[in-house]
Amino acid sequence: MTALDVAFAAAGVVASASGLLAVTTRHVVHAALWLVVCLGSVAGCYLVLGAEFVALVQLLVYVGAVVVLVLFALMLTRAPIGPNPDISTSPLHRVLAAFLAAGVTTLVAAALLPLAGPARRRAGTATGDLASALFGTWVWPFEILSVLLLLALVAALAVSRMADRQGPDAAQTLAESAGDPVGKPLAEMAGRPTAQSAGELPAQPAGERA
Amino acid sequence: MSQPIEVTLRALAVLVAFLVLPLLVGQTEHKVMAHMQGRLGPMYAGGFHGWAQLVADGVKFVQKEDITPAAADRWVFRVAPAVALVPYLVALAAIPLSPHLVAAAAPGSAVFVLAVTAVGILGTLMAGWASANKYSLLGAMRAAAQLLSYELPMVLAVASVCLAAGSLSLTGIAGAWSPWWLLWQLPGAVVFLVSAVAELQRPPFDMPVADSEIVFGAYTEYTGLRFAFFLLSEYAGIVVMSLLFAVLYLGGWHGAFSDVLGWLWTLLKGFAVAVLVIWLRVAWPRLREDQLQRLAWLVLVPLALGQLALTGLWVVTTA
Repeated sequence: MTALDVAFAAAGVVASASGLLAVTTRHVVHAALWLVVCLGSVAGCYLVLGAEFVALVQLLVYVGAVVVLVLFALMLTRAPIGPNPDISTSPLHRVLAAFLAAGVTTLVAAALLPLAGPARRRAGTATGDLASALFGTWVWPFEILSVLLLLALVAALAVSRMADRQGPDAAQTLAESAGDPVGKPLAEMAGRPTAQSAGELPAQPAGERA
Repeated sequence: MSQPIEVTLRALAVLVAFLVLPLLVGQTEHKVMAHMQGRLGPMYAGGFHGWAQLVADGVKFVQKEDITPAAADRWVFRVAPAVALVPYLVALAAIPLSPHLVAAAAPGSAVFVLAVTAVGILGTLMAGWASANKYSLLGAMRAAAQLLSYELPMVLAVASVCLAAGSLSLTGIAGAWSPWWLLWQLPGAVVFLVSAVAELQRPPFDMPVADSEIVFGAYTEYTGLRFAFFLLSEYAGIVVMSLLFAVLYLGGWHGAFSDVLGWLWTLLKGFAVAVLVIWLRVAWPRLREDQLQRLAWLVLVPLALGQLALTGLWVVTTA
């Protein structure tokens, strides 16, 4: 056991524990904040394993941008202070989720545990190696992924524009969920979702979690 | 020197710098603003030109009652100031004052500083949401929208400098710096400065805390020491961004007698940038939210992309 092993184990434990808390908590915003802790400690794991650049990008992109965007969207739509019974799931779903988790864990453990021998060599990944792999060997998957993201972006814009043209009802629903950052949260500030928002808005937080 | 003692000493040095430099910038702001507006500024605390004004302010903040609103989410509300403050402390450790004077030398320190300061925004968001106050939530919304928009041009501008130097480490970047960069990287420098002021939510980009519209944004419900932490994080942010600008664009320790006085050059250049940031506050009125987004997406992002293309072209053709 070296100091690096201990650091890796600690980061891993924090990551698993915060991940579990993110899924089990009934407070929507707390779930997002636990996700921050989880992603941050995964960055710590990368750092301990010698992939410094990957760890920093993980921090910059996931903690600094993606979760901030998630929190922004949550607070813009509905994020009451206190537990939210809406985001609870049925016992059947829980059992299914537990089975799935157990299956994935077994699969990953079966694949990785035989590889974990006593030999430890942490060479560290130089940023240059990473770049030549990313823009050499893996350049096509990389580019196709960025085209996919671009497509999603354009499609999202197209969907919102189409709703605008369909009529005042659809446009209003969309404007309430996305376009009007000032008017909407005022009603929900005291921590209770209004009947209107609970009924009409596309349930994005719940949908993401399901 | 044995390693634990050295690490402790380095950490202590960063902590001292973190507690002293923001106060220095704060006092400078008092005085510079006052003289630009034809006033004297603080004159009594401590005797000579009110030098101890901010120390007195700190003592006042400590004495105040620490109130958590009844409807607030207590845990998030209490942790938020620390989340806003600590990233700047960590970032300060990675900024070199001279090639040998850096608390924590990291191979990717330019990315490190950007990544760590990006975490600080979570503190504002947490504070705004957990306060259970409509002004706070509005302030947090504005802060999140603003910081997300201005992070992109900032990262692009820094990427251009990294490309020009062929290094991701701040020490390497300042080492590769030459006076020609002042012209070559000028668009990137302007983009970086504007984005930095916007990230710090300083006037003219202080929409998130606009006191005449939404009281004080995400910090409305905070009192005493926790409020002081938010103020300190703003000034620590000025210190970090000014030093970063000095190292990236002004050559850091390059100057006369740079072998001996390199650290002083970095500090002086950083201080000059800090004065510029203060000057911007006095000179410009607050932007409106739509003007702010327009500036980020229609001016700064294209400018930063153009700078990146220019740097790339030059590096490739001269390599």
